[in-house]
Amino acid sequence: MARLDIEFCGIRSPNPFWLASAPPTDKAYNVERAFEAGWGGVVWKTLAEAGPPLVNVSGPRYGALLAVDRSLIGFNNIELITDRDLEVNLKEIAAVKRRWPDRAVIVSVMVPCQEESWQAILARVEDTGCDGIELNFGCPHGMNERGMGSAVGQVPEYIRMVTAWCKQYTRLPVIVKLTPNITDIRFPARAAREGGADAVSLINTINSIMGVDPDTLTMTPAVGGLGTHGGYCGPAVKPIALNMVAEIARDPQTAGLPISGIGGIGSWRDALEFIALGAASVQVCTAAMVFGFKIVQEMVSGLDAYLADKGFSSLAQVRGRALPSVTDWSFLDLNRVSKAVIDQEKCIQCGRCYIACEDTAHQAITSTRNGRRHFEVKEEECVGCNLCVNVCPVSGCITLRDLAPGEVDRRTGRAVSAERLHWTAHPNNPLRKGA
Amino acid sequence: MSEQRGPDIRPGRLAAEDYAAHFADHVPPLTGPQAVLEASRCLYCFDAPCVTACPTRIDVPAFIKRIAEDNVRGAATAILQANPLGGFCARDCPTEVLCEAVCVRNVQQGRPVAIARLQRFAVDRLMASTDNRIFERAPASGRRVAVVGAGPAGLACAHALARAGHEVTLYDAKPKAGGLNEYGVATYKTAGGYAQREVEWLLGVGGIRLQCGWTLASPEQLENLRRGYDAVFLGLGLADTHALGVPGEKLAGVEDAVEFIGTLRQAADPGTVPVGRRVLVIGGGMTAIDAAVQSKLLGAETVDIVYRRGPQQMRASIHEQDLARTRGVRILHWLAPVEVIGEGGSVRAVRFARQRLAAGRLEADGEECTLEADGEECTLEADMVLKAIGQRLGNPLLKQCGLALRDGRIAVDEAGRTSVSGVWAGGDCIAEGQDLTVDAVAHGLRAARDIDLRLRDTRARAEE
Repeated sequence: MARLDIEFCGIRSPNPFWLASAPPTDKAYNVERAFEAGWGGVVWKTLAEAGPPLVNVSGPRYGALLAVDRSLIGFNNIELITDRDLEVNLKEIAAVKRRWPDRAVIVSVMVPCQEESWQAILARVEDTGCDGIELNFGCPHGMNERGMGSAVGQVPEYIRMVTAWCKQYTRLPVIVKLTPNITDIRFPARAAREGGADAVSLINTINSIMGVDPDTLTMTPAVGGLGTHGGYCGPAVKPIALNMVAEIARDPQTAGLPISGIGGIGSWRDALEFIALGAASVQVCTAAMVFGFKIVQEMVSGLDAYLADKGFSSLAQVRGRALPSVTDWSFLDLNRVSKAVIDQEKCIQCGRCYIACEDTAHQAITSTRNGRRHFEVKEEECVGCNLCVNVCPVSGCITLRDLAPGEVDRRTGRAVSAERLHWTAHPNNPLRKGA
Repeated sequence: MSEQRGPDIRPGRLAAEDYAAHFADHVPPLTGPQAVLEASRCLYCFDAPCVTACPTRIDVPAFIKRIAEDNVRGAATAILQANPLGGFCARDCPTEVLCEAVCVRNVQQGRPVAIARLQRFAVDRLMASTDNRIFERAPASGRRVAVVGAGPAGLACAHALARAGHEVTLYDAKPKAGGLNEYGVATYKTAGGYAQREVEWLLGVGGIRLQCGWTLASPEQLENLRRGYDAVFLGLGLADTHALGVPGEKLAGVEDAVEFIGTLRQAADPGTVPVGRRVLVIGGGMTAIDAAVQSKLLGAETVDIVYRRGPQQMRASIHEQDLARTRGVRILHWLAPVEVIGEGGSVRAVRFARQRLAAGRLEADGEECTLEADGEECTLEADMVLKAIGQRLGNPLLKQCGLALRDGRIAVDEAGRTSVSGVWAGGDCIAEGQDLTVDAVAHGLRAARDIDLRLRDTRARAEE
């Protein structure tokens, strides 16, 4: 049996699946149910400083982008951080951690950018016996208008400053949660490390408007006729999150900093991708909100089966394994040549590859042969762009074939070189090395 | 129990609720969510095979994509532009041998996109909407066209000509327009009086005057039409059914299947339509299936379709044959009627001779292989015999009018022109197509295009 347990900047967890700081971790009732279902850890929904509780809207807090079959593609919310009393939350956290000592209990915190505010709450949080702190620098709606959440996460200096305060006032591991609503994720991540962060978690949600009602011509969802941008998450954001995780993992200034991957994880495969790109734990919210907590059992089962099938004995053996395959465009090998191949046995003759290539790409697919419907790649035109592979409705019907060194590319008439050739050294690049 | 005298043919074999259930839609309409989900299965194929397979070339991927995008009006427009009788065809077309037969999802998923049901969904939604007019007439051309026969060919032709700005007089011998859509197709395929609703919608385009109860009975009438109108379209259908040509055919209880279907279609209450206890339907086409299934639905105890050739030669598709079987109809092959046996003037049984292929092998075209009796005979008892062995023109008038015929039907060229100048024809009365509603519509539209071109051309010349 493969082992799924992890240690994440000193925090132990029986599996890498944590519930992200969000509605599912609002209170003891939910978290208890989550642990019973098998979640390895939770990040408790963000605590605010003592005082009158926050007030949420009592109308639509969520919006969704749905496929035709109403499967959920993207999800958005405008819920604020906890609207419960601080004392009640702290008491519940302590009780839950006592009952579930083997699970990771991390507490998300967001207070104003004043040292004394952080000092005050960290002491109280530490008293609960929780395993770590997550600084919510990511929430992009509501709280940012009050100078917190993504308003902090968008200014690296603030990240550095607040992280340093936190490291000063608590012995617990400090995880900095990053907002994707920035231009280059490496800068806030570097600031977190400079402030002494033990880890980063990302991505938080993305600024988003879900749509406009065609009947009323008003944005949706709306509360009393008005809407506001929410935070976008769910399957649609995974590629954005994967890129940001990889950027941080391969940046020399942040390499080695533990990463908790977040963003559209709904299956073991999604989790594997984050881990292979450098994440040590993963956080889930949308999938749980769609399917309930039991979904973790499918993720655990799938990841365990994968490790067993591939002969891995721990997740650490997978972590970051895909990173060496991520590079800058400049270092892609311009001498490699691929050609699309259509498996005629599998082809169902829909012609989508043809029309996509004909109208929008390289006119490299036939639509007839000897007057009959027939779709075949014209190698003399094909640039191997992969468009046909992506629009084909049949899995495995169209594939890309890499030409072997020495084989003639019928498009250029030149033999494929065995040498690698980057743009940095390409003869057409006026700025090439040695030019 | 009193002694039953004569054959057992009577109405009211079932309870009222059974009739209601039996003659409701045999394919239930899709709900909105079902339609959107099914529409999402369409791949929006390039040069889609389903379009090529449709005699009216409906842009199937376009209308399905519009359904998926909640643009049902746009979907209906795409359908009706190509085929103004798209609502009826969605109910009646043997799509399992047309568009759905070539859907690429068959190969991939073993099940085609439900094109017919989606088409019906879109057209039904449009028809039920408050503003269901999608076509505007072109400015009046001042030209007049006579359309004889208000079946699918005549309706399609009249509608297209009216759209083009011409004034159309639509003649029909029956009390109602619709032709076989109204009188010859099974009730459960066009539940809720759909054929008449469609006629109303078609006539709603304006410029069409419907004159029912008018029969083309003399060459002078056709001459008058030619003189009184700028063009004439004949969509006469086939007035006659083939005779069995065996002794006993005139016995009480032997009926034309088409008439039986028509009676049922026109009955306000199917419970008033008499049906035999034991019914034999002789023939192998859609009419045979419709008559047999409906006999069963009317409460007949046993219904057999008896066909002189094999299952592959039946004009009714395999899908239709299966439909009949699932409704409890037995299909017997290789039996040709020899004699209808009577008793007291009414049918009691039919004697059949077993058939075999003369050459001992099946030839490619089932219609061409000849049969011979193999000497074996059997007799099937029956209270009612329905003849469904095909229809024929049966109108000696046409030859007298100078119309060239081919295979007993009106010969037309590739534009639907007959041998008589200024006269076009289409539908079952011409010598092509498979006698399908959708073929008739295609014929009507083809002729309308040609008539319109001709009328525009002559007007342009007159104006020069």
